[in-house]
Amino acid sequence: MLLEVSSITTTYQGLVALDAASIDVAQGEIVVVAGANGAGKSTLLKSIAGMERPRSGMVMFQGERVDGLAAHLVTARGIAFVPENRRLFPRLSVADNLRLGSYLFRREADREAPIERVFALFPRLRERLEQRAETLSGGEQQMLAIARALMTRPKLLMLDEPSQGIAPKLVDEVFEAILATRRSGLTVLLVEQRLSESLEIADRGFILQTGRVILSGRAGELRDNPEVRRAYLGI
Amino acid sequence: MTLQSLAQILASGLLMGLIYALIAAGLSLIFGLMDVVNFAHGEFLMLAMYATFGIFAATALDPVLATPIVVGAMFVLGAFVYLAVIRYAMRAKANIGMVQVFATFGLGITIRGLAQHFFTPDYRSIQTSWLAGHTLDLAGIFLPVPQLFGAVLSCLSFVALFFVIRRTDFGRALEATREDAGAVALVGIDKNRVFALGWGLGAALVGIAGSVMAIFFYIHPDVGSSFALIAYVTVALGGFGSIFGALAAGLLVGLVEAISATVLSPSMKAIGIYAVYLVVVFMRPRGLFGNL
Ligand SMILES: Nc1ncnc2c1ncn2[C@@H]1O[C@H](COP(=O)(O)OP(=O)(O)O)[C@@H](O)[C@H]1O
Ligand SMILES: [Mg+2]
Repeated sequence: MLLEVSSITTTYQGLVALDAASIDVAQGEIVVVAGANGAGKSTLLKSIAGMERPRSGMVMFQGERVDGLAAHLVTARGIAFVPENRRLFPRLSVADNLRLGSYLFRREADREAPIERVFALFPRLRERLEQRAETLSGGEQQMLAIARALMTRPKLLMLDEPSQGIAPKLVDEVFEAILATRRSGLTVLLVEQRLSESLEIADRGFILQTGRVILSGRAGELRDNPEVRRAYLGI
Repeated sequence: MTLQSLAQILASGLLMGLIYALIAAGLSLIFGLMDVVNFAHGEFLMLAMYATFGIFAATALDPVLATPIVVGAMFVLGAFVYLAVIRYAMRAKANIGMVQVFATFGLGITIRGLAQHFFTPDYRSIQTSWLAGHTLDLAGIFLPVPQLFGAVLSCLSFVALFFVIRRTDFGRALEATREDAGAVALVGIDKNRVFALGWGLGAALVGIAGSVMAIFFYIHPDVGSSFALIAYVTVALGGFGSIFGALAAGLLVGLVEAISATVLSPSMKAIGIYAVYLVVVFMRPRGLFGNL
């Protein structure tokens, strides 16, 4: 397994947000984590990214423990995280946001390497290079956030609700981009409310409820699961 | 007033203004980076002046040559202050603003106390140095060479600062951290490292000013406080966090000081500065170049 999260518990001032949750992601997969608002999905990604400290449990990435590492070191290990509010550098240009993505690389060639692929995924970014990030539309900002994450040349890309707050047309573009990044060998851990669309592109999924993993399985199985259909797909 | 004497006033004002700008730049840099006002900034200046004096007293090395040493030492001091004090003050769970104020204010009092203890409250000065006592006669306008040297160093420092911020990786990391310190880890930047280097850079800038001012000001444990006050006004005038606002405001403060010292009286020069400050802040509450 590329990523193995074993029984992590994360709390906020004593309030349990993740309760002994376990998930795993294999090399090359798209894995979706779904669940209602407040289920702990964002907390799960933040705990993996080193932005929250789990109280117990383990996070293994490429066979090494990464829980307890500072967040910037987790990024350096090859986990790129696009949080739900994107966290772009709003008053910096699109170009600077992208350049910051390759901050970890010293050689110019390493820095430039992903840029053409990023522009192929999101052609509209190329036209907006000199604009401040804050002047982009919601969908474009999401694209820039994913693009910046790809510039770190990650092995695992974690996306927290990339479809949130963006125009429907752009949602498709973002989902297309996720599929395309996987085709180029990247592994994706996706948190989404839009379960039906996510299950279409995902290989496997986990369903979180009040901090616990209550269901997991292949995307097809989850789609056919009566409980999932009733509670999450509204069928 | 003759044209000649007007030009003389403006020239003196601009020279001192550039030095004020240099003192304010470090303060503004740190504020912009992390929203912390360094109330020990005047004490940093004082330490740099003592360091220059100490090197001169011990080795007779001229202040001009001691400047790089003093600036390097101030850089280390600034980074150390962040790592040893400010980093912990920023972790306060409640009342973080007050904690930061008292952390830097207390640090300033501590440094001043230590200076009084170890250096004594005596006034010191560097009696003989290459630049002291020289003036440049520019078509009847007299420019004191030490101030001129400070003004040139100030200009060079701003150019270098501009280059660092706009053209280097560290500069981009600094800009990103001031935008959103919580997000830089997403691209692999250690915000504590940026903060420590930012404090180092801020202290180094005031160190440049201090090592020049040691040539032409008396050095004593309280020397920083009046300059710090001017620096706070300059930073507020230029717009909190705007480094080039600090440059413009520093020049303005220097000019206003020189003009009010002549028009009113030398003892009233501070009044002119605060009057301009009040006018600007009423009309542009964020300062001349503030965009916070
Ligand atoms: N910074 C925080 N401080 C306190 N409680 C939080 C914080 N972030 C999330 N929570 C709580 O933790 C639980 C899980 O939140 P979250 O992981 O954001 O859920 P989701 O992303 O699935 O909507 C919720 O009850 C939420 O209110
Ligand atoms: Mg969430």
